[in-house]
Amino acid sequence: MNVASRPKRLAAHRLDLATGRVDLTHGAGGRAMQQLIEEIFRPAFDNPMLARGDDQAAFDVAAGRMVMSTDSFVVSPLFFPGGNIGSLAVHGTVNDVAMSGAQPLYLSAGFVIEEGFPFAELQHIAHAMGEAARVAGVAVVTGDTKVVERGKADRLFINTAGIGVVPPGVEISGDRARAGDAILISGSMGDHGVAIMAHRAGLEFETTIVSDSAALNGLVADMVAAVPTIRVLRDPTRGGLAATLNEICHQSGVGMRLDEAAIPVKPEVLGACELLGLDPLNVANEGKLIAIAPADDAARLLDVLRGHPLGRDARVIGNVIADPARFVRMTTRIGGERIVDWLAGEQLPRIC
Amino acid sequence: MKHLDEYRDAETARRLAASIAREADTPRRYRLMEFCGGHTHAIFRYGIEDLLPANIEMVHGPGCPVCVLPTGRLDMAIRLAKRDGVILASYGDMLRVPGSQGQSLLKAKADGADIRMIYSMLDALKLAETNPDREVIFFAIGFETTTPPTALAIEAAAKAKLANFSVFCNHVLTPSAIAAILEAPAVRELGAVEIDGFLGPAHVSVVIGSQPYEFFAEEYRKPVAISGFEPIDVLQSILMLVRQLNEGRAEVENQYIRAVTRDGNLRAKQAVSRVFELRRDFEWRGLGHIPYSALRLKDEYASFDAERRFDEPYIASEGNKACACPAILRGAKKPTDCRLFGRACTPETPLGSCMVSSEGACAAYYTYGRMREPTQ
Repeated sequence: MNVASRPKRLAAHRLDLATGRVDLTHGAGGRAMQQLIEEIFRPAFDNPMLARGDDQAAFDVAAGRMVMSTDSFVVSPLFFPGGNIGSLAVHGTVNDVAMSGAQPLYLSAGFVIEEGFPFAELQHIAHAMGEAARVAGVAVVTGDTKVVERGKADRLFINTAGIGVVPPGVEISGDRARAGDAILISGSMGDHGVAIMAHRAGLEFETTIVSDSAALNGLVADMVAAVPTIRVLRDPTRGGLAATLNEICHQSGVGMRLDEAAIPVKPEVLGACELLGLDPLNVANEGKLIAIAPADDAARLLDVLRGHPLGRDARVIGNVIADPARFVRMTTRIGGERIVDWLAGEQLPRIC
Repeated sequence: MKHLDEYRDAETARRLAASIAREADTPRRYRLMEFCGGHTHAIFRYGIEDLLPANIEMVHGPGCPVCVLPTGRLDMAIRLAKRDGVILASYGDMLRVPGSQGQSLLKAKADGADIRMIYSMLDALKLAETNPDREVIFFAIGFETTTPPTALAIEAAAKAKLANFSVFCNHVLTPSAIAAILEAPAVRELGAVEIDGFLGPAHVSVVIGSQPYEFFAEEYRKPVAISGFEPIDVLQSILMLVRQLNEGRAEVENQYIRAVTRDGNLRAKQAVSRVFELRRDFEWRGLGHIPYSALRLKDEYASFDAERRFDEPYIASEGNKACACPAILRGAKKPTDCRLFGRACTPETPLGSCMVSSEGACAAYYTYGRMREPTQ
């Protein structure tokens, strides 16, 4: 065996993953940084493009339309019921890419780590990212690591960017909603935001709510295959359903009419919102989508959604109407009417 | 949350609305003031007015703690927050309320003041415990509902000899405000409003009981129906008021019997009277100076009183002159009567306090009801 050809370990000792912590040398571009990448990130993301160790990932470009998106994650706390900042960073960008109808392919990952961050937690988060990427069928192919002094970041921030390919014939955009179209959602509203708020320091209360954080690209693939006429897809993250529908109304120059009784909200989420004085329609989701399609295709689309594990509780919640004022109107449970408005100000910072 | 569904049931709402329509089918008008911002919010959030006949008019009252705080008190909070070594702990609602010269706590925070958004009084105490080298001031606002927790926190701080904790006290009293609307000469000069009956506060009444309203019913011949905050509660209470007015009665009726008794919560009232005493005078936005309408810390707790501890004076300030908040808080104007509403003044760019708090009439109109306005 040719000993010289075996890659040589850079460091004399392996990282102390049980009790060790990130220090400033791990972001300094030297051996320590290389060791952090090799012992924590590379095994977690494990793919040939990353393993080549270049400063960039190289891949062939598919024919057709490509889409690209990026998102930064500063969620506090880093670990919450139903996920952590790592899985969220994958789901968030995968979903942003998928909301064009695209199949997401590759992700980048940038880490800003505060000095003193435990290796064990970093490894846990990296593994969650790798696992989330594998489940979503995407690869983390390039990345970056920076370490900043204590107090210059709150423990860990992650940025991810993603690219994907749109299948031919699919034309999905927020400006394509038309009067008469049906509005569908894939499940209950507010789970992620309430799960985070429930565990935020100083605001702990007993709840069984788990974040809905999930990659929606599999669901989207089924939807666009069955109903290629879908006009708009969007995931109602920050600002919740209310903000997302208002965005679409503004982009498309239309109004909407919703039926409050048709919008699923879990009783525990509703209870927590009562306690905190929030409207569940303003609370963030990380594994739900809104779909707008011609009314004639709504029944078929609903069937596809309900046939997928992430769309079991899907509903038609209303329809697009012509309205120069671009209001999202809602018939309330008791039969009155109100506007569903954007949220003014910040409900709770650092929800994702 | 099963118990909530019961009070939001569509069928019950329809039945109540039908009864109201039948019984209010008279030549008279019914001008009913919901005192509480919580009710204003519920009325708009559930679209309750859509279920009422045209001759029932809901007049929005001043029961929004954020709204009634005069600009001068907010300026004081901003000055306190800007002092060296101070952490000001505040409920989130207060952060965007405009003070003098376009100032707000949010802007002070961006300028470097250490202002922390908290959800409970206990968070403020915790801040003081974990920051022993800093002065932690709790920006206390609210009616009788929020006063007992403040009292208990001050007692806890005294017991723990927490030397770096104090309270900027802005607790105000509901009955004083109702009396001011009904009779205070100042309010009359400012333009009083004809009101036929009151929807009484829910949570406030849990603490003070239904007894304090008996005076208004007897002395001013105004019926009162103490109401819960759910849509079914509000509809039921409106029906109670319509019936009283039709029958010429003026009594205090309690729709919110699941939580309100005649005497209220004795222990909460005792805690308040141990720590607080009446202020001789307090200025309210919209209602002017009302004697004995607010609380301050008793002398024995003076060291926990941020106003005295930091010797911070009250300087009256008018706020934006074009803002109709004062008249809106008296029920004399509707939000849409204000020429700033929805134009210069929106929830994103509030010029008056009524556009900030979710309990404010302007915010409720704008957020939930502005499709009713043909001009918008």
